[in-house]
Amino acid sequence: MELIYFQLLAAILFCIGIYGVLARRSAVLILMSIELMLNAVNINLIGYAAFSSFGSAHRNLGQVLVIFIITIAAAELALAMAIILRLYRNKNNVNVDELDILKG
Amino acid sequence: MSVVFFAIAAILVISGGIGVVAARNIVYAALSLLVAMVGTAGVFLIGLAEFLALVQLLIYGGAVVIVILFSLMLTRIQDFEFLKANRQWPIALIVAMSLLGLLGIPILIEDSTTTTMGSTNISELGLSLFSDWAIPFELASLVLLIALIGAVVVVRRDNGEDK
Repeated sequence: MELIYFQLLAAILFCIGIYGVLARRSAVLILMSIELMLNAVNINLIGYAAFSSFGSAHRNLGQVLVIFIITIAAAELALAMAIILRLYRNKNNVNVDELDILKG
Repeated sequence: MSVVFFAIAAILVISGGIGVVAARNIVYAALSLLVAMVGTAGVFLIGLAEFLALVQLLIYGGAVVIVILFSLMLTRIQDFEFLKANRQWPIALIVAMSLLGLLGIPILIEDSTTTTMGSTNISELGLSLFSDWAIPFELASLVLLIALIGAVVVVRRDNGEDK
């Protein structure tokens, strides 16, 4: 195993997520694409944590950071899903290119 | 041998990701997300992070995908079926491909000074989480609490506002 495999997989997954965020219309799908991008970051961190040349005292820093990212992603998902449900109830629509009420 | 397992997990991750961004039916997209998350857990296992692989399966495979499917059930699902990409998808494809080049070329030309893989056991992880990272840990729990209360407040149907 080499670090480059982890890096390449993370780069590919991140670009798939970028494409999803830019190309999909439904807010739920954009949220799923954001989750994919967060996972790409986590893969990168795990790869660097496994191959780091730190001593054993600092080897777990990468995994701690992944734990925090997963926590914040869960909080973000709960809040975003609440907003999407509210939006659906009020506007009957979750397509982001038709929700331009903030356009002034 | 671990390269073979990594290849299997990577195929799961990439096919799941492509399924999320390309599926016409939103339920299939959510199930593809589940495939990608399981593949990511496999990658974590190969990266010697056993605890995080389990957390990944529980949080993403269990909680996140279920929350997404539940919210699809609560909103009427037939509105979401057969969704197309928007008109700017060629631009999105160009942006994603150029970003892939921008990220991939430095990775490929970098002379990777590979060191040996080292694992960290769960007790070390917990010790550092509760000693060095105790304050961020407590703050993260506070963030989770506030997000959950905020989610309840946002979706609650209060009197007089809804018609």
